[in-house]
Amino acid sequence: MLKTRIIPCLDVKDGRVVKGVRFEGLRDAGDPVEAAKVYDAAGADELCFLDITASREARGTLLDIVSRTAEACFMPLTVGGGVRTVEDVRALLLAGADKVAINTAAVKDPDLVARAAEKFGAQCIVVAIDAKRVSPPGAPASWDIFTHGGRDPTGIDAVAFARLVAGKGAGELLVTSMDKDGTRSGYDLALTRAISDSVSVPVIASGGVGGLDDLVAGVAEGGASAVLAASIFHFGQASVAEAKAHMAAAGLAMRLDGPASSARTPL
Amino acid sequence: MSTETVAIIDYGSGNLHSAAKAFERAARESGHAARICLTADPEVVAAADRIVLPGVGAYADCRRGLDAVPGMVEAMTQVAHRDARPFLGICVGMQLLATRGLEYTTTPGLGWIPGDVGPIKPSDPTLKVPHMGWNTLRPARDHALLAGIPIGEDGLHAYFVHSYALSPESPDDVVARADYGGPITALVARGNVAGTQFHPEKSQRLGLALIANFLNWRP
Repeated sequence: MLKTRIIPCLDVKDGRVVKGVRFEGLRDAGDPVEAAKVYDAAGADELCFLDITASREARGTLLDIVSRTAEACFMPLTVGGGVRTVEDVRALLLAGADKVAINTAAVKDPDLVARAAEKFGAQCIVVAIDAKRVSPPGAPASWDIFTHGGRDPTGIDAVAFARLVAGKGAGELLVTSMDKDGTRSGYDLALTRAISDSVSVPVIASGGVGGLDDLVAGVAEGGASAVLAASIFHFGQASVAEAKAHMAAAGLAMRLDGPASSARTPL
Repeated sequence: MSTETVAIIDYGSGNLHSAAKAFERAARESGHAARICLTADPEVVAAADRIVLPGVGAYADCRRGLDAVPGMVEAMTQVAHRDARPFLGICVGMQLLATRGLEYTTTPGLGWIPGDVGPIKPSDPTLKVPHMGWNTLRPARDHALLAGIPIGEDGLHAYFVHSYALSPESPDDVVARADYGGPITALVARGNVAGTQFHPEKSQRLGLALIANFLNWRP
């Protein structure tokens, strides 16, 4: 049986993890490769790097991190942030990413998704959708796409956009609620559900996890195939193993193979 | 034991360093003296003791990449058929063993494991495609590549990411299946040629154990 995936996400800026990961025995809390190794050993189902470096010049740093991670971790890796062209996708895949997430560029040019999927296969093209609720209170819920970290409205309906890019060949959608991101009040389950019900590709719920019940709700109520979280794992509030045990106890099918290899475990 | 050479064929299909590192680690952990070699040189492939054909991307694109290396398909055919050396296809590399692929367009495969590679159509319409993530394996028959690996519903998991799957003409070629709204061919083998739909190099414990088994396989 296919299992629900737990995906820790690391925000990377100029080659460093933005909010350091707090793990026992971690030599360098800001080194994305070190953090990746810990999550590999902890049994994470995938890992996501989101590059928030502003400059294009620092691109080589990201590629180096991806390459060193892929050589050290035998787990799937998704990388996003600043992907604008088919060449950007190719460079990340060649560096060792298994999947590449396209965000703003897919909003500007949805055909980029088609070109990338035809070249590399739909299975490695993720479209990252950042959405905010725009419906007035009491009205049926609707969400629009926002770019640039939730600052710039596009006026594009998030559910319609999800259908569009899935049709263009996106193999997976990473759906982040910009209303919920950083609030620790749980995913926007209505948003996750609205998109999950509208497309035939897997949806990753993202933005707002405050506790382990939020992960359960993302799947049970949101209809997500995978749940992404950052701070609850990075700051040791919960281990990946605890999250899996909690979700399994709630009746979700989880992969409980145990640690991949070495001894180092999250706090 | 003399050192064996394992050739991982590099034909421009994605990053292979991760695969190479996984083979190196599996060799080290299983005490197997193997030299892992990423190569685009048909002569290196022809001389290798074991051959791995990876593959990520669209079927037609992978086939084009393989054909673009002069002499590579001939070298692969020689080692796999004339010399009967252990040969492992991974993901699209496994799909290329089939007669043809039906992704975007009809593309001829190598035809070593007769069958077509067609779109996954789960019987349950709520199941998402691609089949993406960790799934368990259901054995169809015993095979050296699965020796000592706990599989089945309570066993270890393999990492899949694909929208198309191989349907072998002969059920005898199937070693293990995954279940995803119907059976998905996960591991095939015919003689000295085998292939995994999942990614052993991304499948942590199960993957490293399967790679170690491949390094010790004497078909």
